[in-house]
Amino acid sequence: MKRFLPYIAVAFFASVPLWLQDQYFLHTLVVSGIFMLAAMSLNLLLGYTGQLSLGHVAFFGIGAYVSALTSLGFSVSIFGFQITHEPWPPVVGVILGTLVAGICGYLIGKLAFRVRGAYFVIVSISFAEVVRLVALNWVELTNGPLALPGIPPLTIGFEWTGYATLWGKAQNYYVVLVAIIIAYVIIKRLVYSPFGRAMIALRENETLAMSVGISVTKYLVLAAIFAGAMAGTAGGLYAHYIQIIDPMVFMFLNTVTMVIMVITGGKGTLAGPLVGGLIFGLAPVVLRSYVGPELQWILYGLLMILIVFVLPDGIVPAIERWFGRSSGNADDQRPLTLETSKAPQS
Amino acid sequence: MNAETTSRQPILAIEHVAVHFGGLIAISDMNFHVGEGELVSLIGPNGAGKTTAFNVITGFLKPTKGRVTFRGTSLNGLKPHEVTSLGLVRTFQRTSVFDKITVFENVLIGLHRRTAASLFGTLMSLPKERNAEAALREQAWEILKLVGIDHQADELGGSLPYGDQRLLGVALALAADPSALLLDEPVSGMNASETARFVSLLNKLRAKGKTILLVEHDMPMVMGVSDRIVVLNYGRIIANGTPSEIQNDPEVIQAYLGQGVKHA
Amino acid sequence: MDQLLQHLVNTLIMGGTYALLGIGLTLIFGIMKIVNFTHGELYAFGAYMMYFFAVILGMDFFLSIAFAIVAGMVLGAAIEFTLLRTKRGADIDTTMILMIGAWIVLQNAEQLTWGGIAKSVPSPLPTEPLVIGPISISYLRAMVLLIALMLIAGTYLVINRTKLGKAMRATFQDSGTAALMGVNISAIYTMTFALGSALAAAAGALLGPVFVIAPTMGDLASLKAFAIVILGGLGNITGAAIGGFILAFSEEIGAGYISSGYRDAMGFLIIIIVLLFKPTGLFARSERIG
Repeated sequence: MKRFLPYIAVAFFASVPLWLQDQYFLHTLVVSGIFMLAAMSLNLLLGYTGQLSLGHVAFFGIGAYVSALTSLGFSVSIFGFQITHEPWPPVVGVILGTLVAGICGYLIGKLAFRVRGAYFVIVSISFAEVVRLVALNWVELTNGPLALPGIPPLTIGFEWTGYATLWGKAQNYYVVLVAIIIAYVIIKRLVYSPFGRAMIALRENETLAMSVGISVTKYLVLAAIFAGAMAGTAGGLYAHYIQIIDPMVFMFLNTVTMVIMVITGGKGTLAGPLVGGLIFGLAPVVLRSYVGPELQWILYGLLMILIVFVLPDGIVPAIERWFGRSSGNADDQRPLTLETSKAPQS
Repeated sequence: MNAETTSRQPILAIEHVAVHFGGLIAISDMNFHVGEGELVSLIGPNGAGKTTAFNVITGFLKPTKGRVTFRGTSLNGLKPHEVTSLGLVRTFQRTSVFDKITVFENVLIGLHRRTAASLFGTLMSLPKERNAEAALREQAWEILKLVGIDHQADELGGSLPYGDQRLLGVALALAADPSALLLDEPVSGMNASETARFVSLLNKLRAKGKTILLVEHDMPMVMGVSDRIVVLNYGRIIANGTPSEIQNDPEVIQAYLGQGVKHA
Repeated sequence: MDQLLQHLVNTLIMGGTYALLGIGLTLIFGIMKIVNFTHGELYAFGAYMMYFFAVILGMDFFLSIAFAIVAGMVLGAAIEFTLLRTKRGADIDTTMILMIGAWIVLQNAEQLTWGGIAKSVPSPLPTEPLVIGPISISYLRAMVLLIALMLIAGTYLVINRTKLGKAMRATFQDSGTAALMGVNISAIYTMTFALGSALAAAAGALLGPVFVIAPTMGDLASLKAFAIVILGGLGNITGAAIGGFILAFSEEIGAGYISSGYRDAMGFLIIIIVLLFKPTGLFARSERIG
């Protein structure tokens, strides 16, 4: 049953636009999906390497801005040189956004992983704030607080097939769904490989991991590259879906949203960010008819506190434990472990 | 002090190593060699600097002075994982296993150095990487069987009995494919039958030609297994010789009597 | 030259409140090993309490400051009591997530209570600035500096001259041993958090009348406090005091000579630079590894 769960989930979510009438709900699903993608990428750092990165929104925002600027074109002067860029197709923008965010992941990883724990957390926040302030103040490039409007929606196709522009919510929904599936497969293959094992080893015991020959910097930076790039993709998709971005995209609350999604769902589990993302993505739809935005955030904050007290491992491990207990299967009672020795090889 | 008494080719050399923590001198001037295939024990009272010596050799601590070479390569300035990649692998006194991970996965992590997987192949799930993974699993089983904890493969590392955790610690180190092993008090806290099991494991490893440097308090065991013993006291080597030479060394007896004989 | 002098005076004035903010945060980290994300909210809370006492209740300006500080202390103690007390010994990530949750709750509660429109507290002091040669200082700002310095001195006295301070220092050195020596660790933690929170609230109560009071004012305060504390070394009180002035100076210079838009970026640049070159902070002694 557990083996087929991902396929059932994909089939179900693929069918949603076919029967869902409520366009606002569909829109919420698209935005939630984009944030789930970002949360999945954060999970790679937070869940698998155990580094609490609170600057993750920076990668998301960089992806969004790079993608938007690539497809809108820009003209800036740097040290007296005038650099002008003509608009490129949005798909190229998303790819570039992914690459640039991945490169930022590399650079930030190289710098920030010199320190751990509280220091790392604070450096990661600082990085995001610096990027936000650049986006706010480099008006020539980013339009500053006035936002970048009119970002073109994604187009797909080739010269010989003709191009289709994705204006609709359902079309974007499928793009996001495919992106999530691809990210899921990448993360799954990564964490079940020697690369992922090295990351988990560093999370569990850095000293011991080093002693068996695992390079701390190499694997933490590798995780940061993947995490950064995936968050960049999410940001690019966001920019072309919403079609307008401003420096508010770098809000710390966006990072907090991703963190809540990961820890509620279960950090260090493949399904955790998806479950958490679905809950916190859809919560506003349910809550907005009852409470205002402030009270909604208060409830989120309380929920975050509650989770720490009640389900410190998150929902997915709790469900696994519950099913493990009821079926008497001892192997499923271990949320932190990867797999058992008897697991079939894929 | 005795001259170097090994006739074997020295592969690990500690030369004039000194470690100071601020004003505190943990090791003053340490010199000794370990030969190929040899089992050397480093003994001494608590606080004599044995674990500090291990930390220096394996790159966890920078020596204030002196140098360590392994098979002709200077280890100074190398990071711990780089030292390991030369085939010099250690175990730990306290943090010996990954607690929340199964025994089998512990060993899989230990096998890190032997993996042939490329990042691209992993992401594409190519046959080469799948085969490499299968081969790793085979190797993990072999190591678990060698150490004798294969029946506990699916237990969590932290849930093993203490003696088995020490064995798992050795399994982890063995997985990293060492030509020389540094064992930090491997039998401390073990009962007699566990210690006997451990000694037989040591003998198996020696039969495979592994070079071993052992830090240990259990004197009967040390006397039984060692080719040579190096005695440290207050950060200084006070004796270096065969077990029988050490047992009759007046300075060693003095050092141990001064501290109260614990295991001897 | 005159301009630089003015910048130095401004530095001194902002630095005093920054130092208060930093000392409060570093105290909590040093003793409790908790990265306190609610610190900025306590700062905002102090400012709103100032508004509440001075404007809504119409109380005396200086008495309002004192009351705001006490209110911050009470809120800090309450946070410690409800959230942290049961999570003693939890890892740093767990408490960090708790504090982030508390921060979101506090900030939105402030927004809900006071609304999004900024509030201001009128100063009882003369509004025309005091001009001494080339520099000018407002009376209000001079008074803010004076009170901040008094509070810093007071904190030093508490830590170095009282029995409570002694117990705090012992807990800072080694909480296990301190507990064995009969120090009530739980009580020390609560008092530390209350004291740190009171200092943040004091900074808010002092700066509230200088600037305007808005619900999101705590965010930047938190981040600046982190910068100050990193600069001085986590847990280093003197370092935090000096760090406060360094941050104020670099902001002043950054705003004055580079671009005012990047004033707030200075703190983060400082964090990044310090951690690259001296991760333990500018004033830390090297520690024994092993």
